Amino acid sequence: MTYQFDFSWLIGSLPVLLKGIRITAQLILIGAVFGVALGIACAWVRALGPKWLKPVVATYVELIRNTPFLIQLFFIFFGLPSLGIRMSELTAANLAMIVNLGAYSCEIIRAGIQATPRGQFEAGASLAMTPFQAFWHVVLVPALQRIWPALSSQIVIVMLGSAVVSQIAAEDLTFAANFIQSRNFRAFETYIVSTLIYLALAILLRQLLAGLGGMLFPRKASR
Amino acid sequence: MSLIAITEVKKRFGDNEVLKGISIDVAPGEVVAIIGKSGSGKSTLLRCINGLETIDEGSIVVAGAQFLPDEVHLKALRLKVGMIFQQFNLFPHLTAGGNVMLSQMVVKKTPKKDAEAVARKMLDRVGLAHKFDALPDELSGGQQQRVAIARALAMQPIALLCDEITSALDPELVAEVLAVVKELAAEGMTLVMVTHEMRFARDVCSRVVFMHQGRVHEIGAPEDVFSNPRTPELRQFLGVQ
Amino acid sequence: MTEFSFWDILRNLLLAARWTVVLSLVSFIGGGIVGAALLFLRIGGRRGMQFLSRGYIQLFQGTPLLMQLFLAFFGLGLFGIDVPAWLAACVALILWTAAFLAEIWRGCVESIAKGQWEASASLGMGYLQQMRYVILPQALKVAVPPTVGFSVQVVKGTALTSIIGFVELSKAGSIVTNATFQPFTVYGLVALIYFALCWPLSKSSQLLERKLNVAHRNH
Repeated sequence: MTYQFDFSWLIGSLPVLLKGIRITAQLILIGAVFGVALGIACAWVRALGPKWLKPVVATYVELIRNTPFLIQLFFIFFGLPSLGIRMSELTAANLAMIVNLGAYSCEIIRAGIQATPRGQFEAGASLAMTPFQAFWHVVLVPALQRIWPALSSQIVIVMLGSAVVSQIAAEDLTFAANFIQSRNFRAFETYIVSTLIYLALAILLRQLLAGLGGMLFPRKASR
Repeated sequence: MSLIAITEVKKRFGDNEVLKGISIDVAPGEVVAIIGKSGSGKSTLLRCINGLETIDEGSIVVAGAQFLPDEVHLKALRLKVGMIFQQFNLFPHLTAGGNVMLSQMVVKKTPKKDAEAVARKMLDRVGLAHKFDALPDELSGGQQQRVAIARALAMQPIALLCDEITSALDPELVAEVLAVVKELAAEGMTLVMVTHEMRFARDVCSRVVFMHQGRVHEIGAPEDVFSNPRTPELRQFLGVQ
Repeated sequence: MTEFSFWDILRNLLLAARWTVVLSLVSFIGGGIVGAALLFLRIGGRRGMQFLSRGYIQLFQGTPLLMQLFLAFFGLGLFGIDVPAWLAACVALILWTAAFLAEIWRGCVESIAKGQWEASASLGMGYLQQMRYVILPQALKVAVPPTVGFSVQVVKGTALTSIIGFVELSKAGSIVTNATFQPFTVYGLVALIYFALCWPLSKSSQLLERKLNVAHRNH
């Protein structure tokens, strides 16, 4: 192999890369906050919600978990305008990530709730909490604490999966890489660099989530 | 000439020294009970004799096989001493017969037919010949432990180590396991057992070792140890004043 | 322009779905073989090998599959071969699948109780014998549900190969959309076909898991 590696383009392309990183970070921030919120709402429906809503949520969760994110994205961005629902690339990307993470986190949180002993809920009720209060304080918080590592992994997976939003021209990190390699004709080097940036983002995100978990769920009775 | 010679054995877990210089000699055919509070190091000592734990100082020699932590020496040692565990540790994916046959075939390269004959004989010896094809989770705890004994016996060890083998059993199942051990003792098998069954230790064992804080605190014939405890620690342990 | 009926669309998509199935099978089987090799290096190999396989797993789990596809596509090209999309797709998906399967299986091996290692050691078995006769037969049983579950991720992962130009179900969806201008119907159908492929796998993984748990509780 006589190929000469060339990274001299890197300096000139930094602004484009940085913008891509910013968009990817923004996407996962919004996606994680609203996605987990949606997941909590769906987990509540499946545990205690109105009966008619349960099959709706179950169908949503199964549909999302058994189809590729790319197709969900295309359906939202290209398909929904047929129904008169139009949105920008970034909005579509955000929405797709929220919908996607919502389904997965619903499943994860539900597993955490199922592991909570039934007696806990009854104890909450016996203390005259409303069902919603009991759900929040007695069921949800311990469940979240239990499944925080799994939820964190899923958020990282969604962040890595967000690379495909470049396909609807949302200007994320992958979009930036595609743009740069079309100008410098150094596809391999460009994707090496962007891959390493993703790796760094994944490690950083994992650390942030671990730190957040430590803040949200401080360990009791730790000496 | 002792069969198991334990000399000045020391063992540390990090900063915590759990065995502080243990010396015990076990003669062939002897039945030795090791008693003591949890945390006294008695299980660790037993596990060292089988090479499941490495030792930091001292030596363990079993019928001439020195304990050295490499695969060849470990295997030689383990072929001489069998071990029975508190939690039975039967292989759940094999039948009772399969459990007894496996190591014969794999370790000793015994042909399947011969291994099966030995397995039937050993299961018969513990009174479970009719359970040859049963899976472990179809057996009671007492039956599982008896299969574990048959499994160890099938390797024809010259000594057996028993690590609290009745502690995980429901009270009504203890007797059937102890009966098997008693029979082995009567047949002249060398046994070293960590046990909480004081009555059994008194009736069956030739010597009793009381361990306390990583040392052999008292050692002697059962009638001496149980009737005339010399130290306050043993007296407290036995609940006599 | 020729008119596409609903059935024309469906037929075209189903024809392309064959390639999704083929690619999934190749990735899963190839990934299984590479993953098994990684597993053995990870748990039984020398220090250096353990380090390498751990690094491999973290690298492939910590970067986007899309990037891995791009790197395979352009990286293989550096060797002067004209890389067909299907080859880059197979290579990237196999390597990606291997990392995840190795990690899933490692969890299964480590879930086997310590007593099983000790009992087999006390009977004089060496490391390979313990693995072969005691640990792996049990780990294999535990591994079936999560492995089947992961196959769903593989099927969905194949969708990304459309981006480097491999014509499977997703790519066919884009092509048919461009010809028919019916994105809602086409992508809806594409999603349903993926669902039809993935849902049985998800469900059987769940059922197997439940069966295994019941069997364990009867201990």
